[in-house]
Amino acid sequence: MSIFEYNGSATVAMVGKNCIAIGSDRRLGVQLQTIATDFQRIFQIHDRLFIGLSGLGSDAQTLYQRLVFRHKLYQLREERDMKPETFANLVSAILYEKRFGPYFCQPVIAGLGDDNKPFICTMDSIGAKELAKDFVVAGTASESLYGACESMYKPDMEPEELFETVSQALQASVDRDCLSGWGGHVYIVTPTEIKEHILKGRMD
Amino acid sequence: MTNGAFEVPAKGGFSFDNCKRNEMLLNKGLKAPGFLKTGTTIVGLVYQDGVILGADTRATEGPIVADKNCEKIHYMAPNIYCCGAGTAADTEAVTDMVSSQLKLHRYHTGRESRVITALTLLKSHLFRYQGHVSAALVLGGVDVSGPHLHTIYPHGSTDTLPFATMGSGSLAAMSVFESKYREGLTRDEGVKIVCEAIASGIFNDLGSGSNVDVCVITKGNVEYLRNHVQPNPRTYTSAKGYTFSKPTEVLSTKVTALAQRAVVTERGDAMEEE
Repeated sequence: MSIFEYNGSATVAMVGKNCIAIGSDRRLGVQLQTIATDFQRIFQIHDRLFIGLSGLGSDAQTLYQRLVFRHKLYQLREERDMKPETFANLVSAILYEKRFGPYFCQPVIAGLGDDNKPFICTMDSIGAKELAKDFVVAGTASESLYGACESMYKPDMEPEELFETVSQALQASVDRDCLSGWGGHVYIVTPTEIKEHILKGRMD
Repeated sequence: MTNGAFEVPAKGGFSFDNCKRNEMLLNKGLKAPGFLKTGTTIVGLVYQDGVILGADTRATEGPIVADKNCEKIHYMAPNIYCCGAGTAADTEAVTDMVSSQLKLHRYHTGRESRVITALTLLKSHLFRYQGHVSAALVLGGVDVSGPHLHTIYPHGSTDTLPFATMGSGSLAAMSVFESKYREGLTRDEGVKIVCEAIASGIFNDLGSGSNVDVCVITKGNVEYLRNHVQPNPRTYTSAKGYTFSKPTEVLSTKVTALAQRAVVTERGDAMEEE
C-alpha cells in the first residue's frame, strides 16, 4: 500500500467566473479504519487564498504550520498578503527542498489574485507545479475526481452553480473510493465573501 | 536547515530531514509515492539561421494523464531555451535554478549568456547528484558564437548534435529526423519537421500526447509558438453542460464577508527591471 493511501483523502479546486471553489472530504482513517469524520484538509492562508493538503495527515499539518509561518514572515516584511502565484512558488520550493525525503502531501492551491483573477494549482509531493485553467484534483479519489470534473465542469460558472458542481463531483467521486468520504467541506470564495459549506455524505 | 526551535527560510540546497522517517515507513511495507513525470517527446534541431525546439504537452503520473497541456520548453535566458523530460519537479527546478544563475552572471559580466555556460552549469549540477536528479534535457540557443544544440542526460553526460530527441518518445521522433533532416533547412521546413517529429511521439508513444509546442530561436529573436499544432482537440463536450436533478445536502453554511481590498497608491520610482 502506498503512504498516500494510509489516511485517505480527496481534494478538488475549480474555477468559476471571478470566483473559486475548493473542497475536500472529511475522513481521517488509518487504512480501512475510520478515526475521525470531521478532519480538516483545507486551510485558509489569508482572506482570498486557500490550500488543501491531501496525503498523509501528519505531513499535511506539519506542512500547513510551516506555510503559515513563512506567510506570516512575508506579511511582516512586505506588509501585504501573498499573491496566489507567489504562494504556489513558496509551496513548490518548500516541497522541492525535501526532494530526496519528501512530505507525503499533494497540495491543491486556490485563491483570488489581483483584480480577483482566479488561480488554481496542484503539485506532486516534490513540488512539480501543475497550473490549470479549469480544475485540479488530488488524493486517493483523484482518478474518479478527474472523470467527474472532466464531465461536469463548464467555464464561467456563477458561485452558486460552481458550488453545486464541485459538491456533486466530490460526492460522486468519494463514493467510489473506500478511503475518503464522510461528507465534505466546500469553500466558495468570491471577491466579497467566503462561503464555507459542510456537506452531508454517505457514512459507509 | 533546521535552526533550533523553528525553521527559517532556507538558503538553498536539499534537506534530508525526512529521509530517516521515510525509510522507516518504507521498511514497514508502505510504498513510496510516484512523482509527476513528463513521459515526453522533446526535440531540437539546428537550421539555417538558428535553433528550433519542440515538445509535446502531456504530463503523467503513472498511467494517469495529470496535465493535458503543460509547458515543457523552459526559459533559460533571453537567447536560450531548454526542453525538459523526466521527473517534472526536477526539470522545472534545475532549469529555474540555472536560469537565475545565468541572469546573475549576465549582471556581473554585462554580456549575453552563452549556451555553453548553461550547459556546464546544468551538467555539473546533474553529475553532482549522480542521476538522482532525473532531468533529461535538450538545450538550444543562439549566442555570439552561433547556434548551439545539446542534449543532457540525468547523469550529467552531454552531446552536441545538429538534431536531437529525448524522452520516452525519442525513438519515434528520431525516426522522423533520421529520414528528413538535412543541413541548411529553412525556418518553415525546420518547424514542419519538428512538428512532424513531435506528432510522431504524440501518436506512437503513450507517454506523450496533446499538443505541439515549438520555440524558434534566431540571432536576437525568439518565437515561442505555444500550442502551434493542436491535433487532439476535445470532441466530447456537451453543449448544454451538466444539470443536477437533486441538489447536494448541506449541513451548515458559514458566510464571512470580506473587507474591500485596500487600494495601494504607488509612490516614488518602481524598482528597475531588465
